[in-house]
Amino acid sequence: MQSQPTLEIDRDKGDFHYDTKYEYDAGVGLSEATVNYISSVKGEPEWLHEFRLKALDIFNRKPMPTHWATKDLENIHFDKIRYYLASGQRPSRTWEEVPDDIKETFERLGVPEQERKFLAGVEAQFDSEAAYSNMKEELSKEGVIFVGSTEGLKEHPEIFRKWFGKVIPIGDNKFSALNSAVFSGGSFIYVPPGVKVKQPLQAYFRNNAENFGQFERTLIIADEGSEVTYMEGCTAPKFESTTLHSAVVELIAMPGARMQYITVQNWSNNVFNLVTKRGMAMEDATIKWIDCNIGSRLTMKYPAVILRGKRARGEVLSIALANDGQHQDTGAKMIHAADETTSNIVAKSISVGKGRSTYRGLVHIPRHLKNCRNNTECDALLINSNSRTDTYPAISVRGDGNSVQHEASVSKVSEDQIFYMRQRGLNEGEAMSLAVNGFVNDLIREFPMEYSVELKRLIEIEMEGSVG
Amino acid sequence: MTTNSLQIENLAVQIGDKPILKNFSLTVPKGEVHAIMGPNGTGKSTLAKALAGHPDYTVTEGRALLDGTDIIGKEPDEIARAGLFMAFQYPTEIPGVSIANFIRAALTSRLEEGEELDAVQYYRRLYEKMDLLKIDRKFTSRSVNEGFSGGEKKRCEILQLAMLEPSYAILDETDSGLDIDALKVVASGVNAMRGAGIGMLVITHYQRLLNYIVPDAVHVLWDGRIVQSGDKGLAMQLEANGYDWIKEELVTA
Repeated sequence: MQSQPTLEIDRDKGDFHYDTKYEYDAGVGLSEATVNYISSVKGEPEWLHEFRLKALDIFNRKPMPTHWATKDLENIHFDKIRYYLASGQRPSRTWEEVPDDIKETFERLGVPEQERKFLAGVEAQFDSEAAYSNMKEELSKEGVIFVGSTEGLKEHPEIFRKWFGKVIPIGDNKFSALNSAVFSGGSFIYVPPGVKVKQPLQAYFRNNAENFGQFERTLIIADEGSEVTYMEGCTAPKFESTTLHSAVVELIAMPGARMQYITVQNWSNNVFNLVTKRGMAMEDATIKWIDCNIGSRLTMKYPAVILRGKRARGEVLSIALANDGQHQDTGAKMIHAADETTSNIVAKSISVGKGRSTYRGLVHIPRHLKNCRNNTECDALLINSNSRTDTYPAISVRGDGNSVQHEASVSKVSEDQIFYMRQRGLNEGEAMSLAVNGFVNDLIREFPMEYSVELKRLIEIEMEGSVG
Repeated sequence: MTTNSLQIENLAVQIGDKPILKNFSLTVPKGEVHAIMGPNGTGKSTLAKALAGHPDYTVTEGRALLDGTDIIGKEPDEIARAGLFMAFQYPTEIPGVSIANFIRAALTSRLEEGEELDAVQYYRRLYEKMDLLKIDRKFTSRSVNEGFSGGEKKRCEILQLAMLEPSYAILDETDSGLDIDALKVVASGVNAMRGAGIGMLVITHYQRLLNYIVPDAVHVLWDGRIVQSGDKGLAMQLEANGYDWIKEELVTA
């Protein structure tokens, strides 16, 4: 119905592209043959092959969720997408083994530098397969597993198979079914009981082929009393036709474990970003999602926590920035399933120009539970009068012993604020980005330092492009 | 002659269709402090905002030369970086942006591409000026003007003035809403800045402020233009007799 022009916004480092030769290519379009091809190229066990075929069937039968979501979903042409491309099957272990053209891309992204500086391990995904993966020795000594999902299911089937698809079943939604059918890449992490991974584990994801959907699959298990933080940063080069990214991320926090999953995302504005993220927190466990969505044509993402054990805690802190031609449909879900569980949602959205932000939340506390608490805050900032923002908080709290607190606000960057800042010497773009940074500042403080710096820079780039 | 002053010539300013300033002329030489007095609604704040380039104020005639360069029609931030500072009568809140970051951003906007502010030096200077203005150092991390008292807001304006070191400053009713102690602190901050390198235009309704910031010249604004100029004695006269005698003089003239 709506036509969506391709907007030309410079995206700094994200806007470059090198020709890469792909050894494996599943061709265009989606059928059983596509799924068979992926499964055989990857040499997968039969149970997984069947899992994929079942998922394809569910995907085909499920309707597009346009009855509640945007009709723009109808503009995804599934028959024109490439579902699998890989430049090789085995993830490279050392930097020397990485092909030169891929290395060039990574160097521009600063991956090796970043690793040297502060990473405990790097798992950088290049198209479908991890092209470079490395772990610091001390981590492997402690029994921490950090590999690609393909390697994970082959070498650690006893852990992988137990949890894979359990938090997010195939049929959860149309796009989780699609991912289950064609997934490749993504990370598999296992942290043994009591191990506290001090530095964040990090993965870089990039799309580098036109019309190529990226369907990574991540599974992270933090065993009893362990701690782990995972960070993903996404940038994609800009292309003329639409690109689909549809990931599934499952987290399992065993009793007393603490997990943090951080995303700073900067997709180019032709990307459909339709991601299912959910964690399950057992007794006394904590799962925290920190989610920043900048860019993309349409993002639909509602990180969730199922609070399954007593005193489990779930948190979602999210920032969404919708510029011209972009729609950020984001939010959070908190499913309370045990007594004394607590959850906290803080969502901030910024709508610029014709950009559109939607907050969609679900908090569920059933009647039989006692002493559960939820706090939800949604704040929207509008940069000009064309912007649109909607809030759909669905909160179902039953029973007397439970409490919920909900606050929502909508504010604008006023002309007075802009004039005040310009009188001090800031140009319009600088003034705008300072106001926006101020709006998200209390959330950004929750981020690891290097990410907060990157996020502030991304906001500056977005704001520079937004003022005439 | 024009290179060392803020020279306003025959300025006419309107808001929408409504003319406010008419044929307004005034020269403030660098190194001097001039006061503009006048009853409410005569165009005092309009003068400040029009010079600062506020988009709601349309200049229909005249020019304003800042050290010889006309600033009329320039963007507000260009005017600011060219050396004109305005202390606001009603400073705006900027939630989430700390005073330290705000002033740093303002200073950085004046640097060449690739140049960076020395953080240690910056904070040393900031603390020095804050001490002078009796602003608690904890304020550096408070959001700009958010939840500030009237006095705190005005001191914060003077702090920015002191940090940015402009060539010309317009103080728009900086005394409004201040008790006598806050007024003295603000005035001593302004006096500490006086010198050959800066010209100041102090806009006020009351003579009170001018007991503490003693001006080199006083001008009376009436119906959009200056009708009387004199030394600080003129301010005393206004204090004693009110503005009515000027009105009468204009009618009989």
